Amino acid sequence: MGKLIGESVKRVEDRRFTTGTGQYTDDIVLPRMTHAHIVRSHLAHARIRSVNTAAAKSADGVVTVLTGEDFKDIGGVPCGWQVDFKDGTTMHEPKHPILVADKVRHVGDAVAVVIAETKGQARDAAELVEVDYEELPVVTDATEALKAGAPQVHDDLPNNMVFDWELGDQGATDTGIANAHHVTKLEIRNQRLVPNAIEPRSYIGDYDAARDFYTLYTSSQNPHVIRLLMCAFVLELPEHKVRVVSRDVGGGFGSKIYHYTEEALVIWASKQIGRPIKWTAERSESFVTDAHGRDHNTTAEMGFDDAGKITALRVRTDANLGAYLSTFSTCIPTYLHGTLLQGQYTTPAIHISLNAVFTNTTAVDAYRGAGRPEATYLIERLMDTAAAEMNIDPAELRKRNFIPPFDGVNQPGYQTQVALQYDSGNYIAAMEKALETIGYQDLRREQEEARKQGRYLGIGFSSYIEACGIAPSAVVGSLGARAGLFESANIRVQPTGKVSVYTGSHSHGQGHETTFAQLVADNLGIPMENVEIVHGDTEQIPFGMGTYGSRSLAVGGSAISRSLDKVKEKGAKIAAHLLEASVDDLDFADGKWTVRGTDKSKAFDEVSLAAYVPHNFPEGMEPGIEFNSFYDPANFTYPFGTHIAVVEVDPDTGTVTLQRFVAVDDVGNIINPMIVDGQIQGGVAQGVGQALLESANYDESGQFSTGTYMDYAMPRADDLPSIEVSQNVTPCPHNPLGVKGCGEAGTIGATPAVVNAAIDALRPLGVTDLEMPLSPPRVWSAIQQASA
Amino acid sequence: MQVTMTVNGASFTSDVESRTLLVQHLRDNLNLTGTHVGCDTSSCGACTIVVNGEAVKSCTLLAVQCNGAEITTIEGLASNNALHPIQEGFREKHGLQCGFCTPGMIMASWQLLERNPNPSDGEIRHALEGNFCRCTGYDNIVKAVQWAAQNS
Ligand code: FES
Ligand code: FES
Repeated sequence: MGKLIGESVKRVEDRRFTTGTGQYTDDIVLPRMTHAHIVRSHLAHARIRSVNTAAAKSADGVVTVLTGEDFKDIGGVPCGWQVDFKDGTTMHEPKHPILVADKVRHVGDAVAVVIAETKGQARDAAELVEVDYEELPVVTDATEALKAGAPQVHDDLPNNMVFDWELGDQGATDTGIANAHHVTKLEIRNQRLVPNAIEPRSYIGDYDAARDFYTLYTSSQNPHVIRLLMCAFVLELPEHKVRVVSRDVGGGFGSKIYHYTEEALVIWASKQIGRPIKWTAERSESFVTDAHGRDHNTTAEMGFDDAGKITALRVRTDANLGAYLSTFSTCIPTYLHGTLLQGQYTTPAIHISLNAVFTNTTAVDAYRGAGRPEATYLIERLMDTAAAEMNIDPAELRKRNFIPPFDGVNQPGYQTQVALQYDSGNYIAAMEKALETIGYQDLRREQEEARKQGRYLGIGFSSYIEACGIAPSAVVGSLGARAGLFESANIRVQPTGKVSVYTGSHSHGQGHETTFAQLVADNLGIPMENVEIVHGDTEQIPFGMGTYGSRSLAVGGSAISRSLDKVKEKGAKIAAHLLEASVDDLDFADGKWTVRGTDKSKAFDEVSLAAYVPHNFPEGMEPGIEFNSFYDPANFTYPFGTHIAVVEVDPDTGTVTLQRFVAVDDVGNIINPMIVDGQIQGGVAQGVGQALLESANYDESGQFSTGTYMDYAMPRADDLPSIEVSQNVTPCPHNPLGVKGCGEAGTIGATPAVVNAAIDALRPLGVTDLEMPLSPPRVWSAIQQASA
Repeated sequence: MQVTMTVNGASFTSDVESRTLLVQHLRDNLNLTGTHVGCDTSSCGACTIVVNGEAVKSCTLLAVQCNGAEITTIEGLASNNALHPIQEGFREKHGLQCGFCTPGMIMASWQLLERNPNPSDGEIRHALEGNFCRCTGYDNIVKAVQWAAQNS
């Protein structure tokens, strides 16, 4: 048995995914299954006068048609996190109706559903549903929605406010800015994005009347959370009679965390009609109903003393949460954004004040990075801008302000000005490695040379930090989370020594079947093929919280680690019994327990068999080896790194070409380097996408103008260079594996590096700021304006 | 209407509605769910298959247009349980994460390698620009295709 931890083991799951034998939700066909098509609003804001379903009901193949009236007694989908107003007033929380009855509040709001024998029949009949609307004025921008006289998204919730919120020391911050030697100020629009997992959301509701039992097949990142929300808050179903299955899922990036109304719809309606119902989003539906990401309007100011040390950071943000509150929406701009404003720097005073706002748009929630990209973007844009304004090299400015290295063991964690305590960090090391990898000094010379030839090269930095391993339950509970954020793992050792692991984490591309199997096999000294990782089925796994916030290995892996300890402890007791030795005299290595100093040993499979054939077990020793653990982390984990982008801008066309991208990340210990590299690369691609290409836009009437892949530009293979990734290792001091998480790092770090690089390229032409995405027309106009 | 087509070496005759897309026919009628649907504008490439030797997006064709066609889907690429070198390449080089784009990526790569057995980095990126992958950032997909080219 070789060592497995730290090896780039090829993925277990790839066999099925490369042969077309994965099973995503839409691939599932149940006997007597019907198909749902949802009638959605084409208007952004309108009162519903009437819905006429008569023609649809009598159309070919139609089983039933339901409208908002049918759901009047059901409360709708709640938010999962309560953030109250500064003055203590409870957060404004309208429930998201499963089908709306009174008025539609964004394009894509669900008005009726047609359930028919075939998908085509459901779609045809949906055309026959007549909805009479009275159009209302529309507001789509958060800052506009706060103005007096703005259209009201929810009639009973004044000023479109969800809540207002602040964090940090306002007095100290104002003083720090007022007394600064230099203040850099930016108005930042962090544009709205669509996560765009390539698998559209898909659900099947299946009610079994004989057993009075509900099954939901869903493309979800966290099946137990969906079950809990559905049972406790939305439909009041008996939780022990509901099974939620989410096996192969084609990407999530946050968008498949939330409990969506369509999930409740198919399960509730399945009981009404006594047959299974499948609903799969069409892409145009995904665009207007999957929760979006980002959408912040921010003013940010950073003060510096005459030595270039930061004196204070002041942030004012209007965060657009859309028309309804998605499950995590309220914690994203607050506890995953405001709390990250320390960045990697020793900033002595920080204050953020924020308005969370309703608008006539699709709900906004976590999208890969979730709040942390917005925080990183404003800090890192301020740093490169300040460096240019003060004529200090941007790498040098960062070095002057980095928090000095601390490992969290010999040196304490770093207490920030914004509530968090960083676990461990070595920010300068990541910066130095990134500078060396990119060849910084040579690159600056090359830039000089290029400028002489009229070519505009730019170099941009981003030194990010994030809070992952979400999350310590006590902490998030005090911050308004309505759930604990532990993770579970059950390990069942089978009599033949094979091992089944039931994890509460959920893989939708992360490769848990491989990484977790490496962890277990390495620990038990058994071959990887003897380990099966099971996830995504509430009937099989212990209550689990699922995957988001780069938490699977840090929290879910730690739960596995705890269960492994218990397995080894019990195994040792059985081995000691079989060997007639004392547990203290046994060593466990290479999959066997050996009596120290002898060649007497018992292998893992022998012990496993004995556990289930306990013919002569001593009194008090239970048969079997099976252990469950719930792991609740002591703190968040804090991955960090420095990213450097090199771009060339064509001043005649405004085209920004990404030439190189170097990412040096520190995600703590690593189990599978190949998978970590892949996560970082994929993350960087999404971060670059935001910088250069992606933007979700509404027009004045609230129409979604970027609702297809022809209008919403995402990175394609020829938009990106090869992304150069490498890692430093500063272990996390507070979890058993020393891991921090790698899922979001790339996305968080990449975006400001690219924008900073483009601005750096164009500084000789007088450009000092650019708004994302850096489309050629936008960049070209900025050049024209700067030179005018 | 009746259509007959050969899919992965077996002949199938079915009654289909004239508006049925080829991808729906494969998924819903022939139960070949390895071919995926990621969009409704022929933009994502998740549905890419090989029809009469050409890689095509199967959401752009009607089933009835493919009467008599010879079709290979992802399920038909491995022979006798041995993965095709492109499938091996994706696994070797970690060219996939969630796997949803993968069947389409592999079929599009198949077409590229048929025409150009030794493509450059740029040629691979260009050939795959009709296929979205939201997970990988494409780097490892390029390496996977190169691996397949070297090991075919
Ligand atoms: S399904 Fe997207 S191109 Fe065919
Ligand atoms: S592997 Fe997920 S979309 Fe490509």
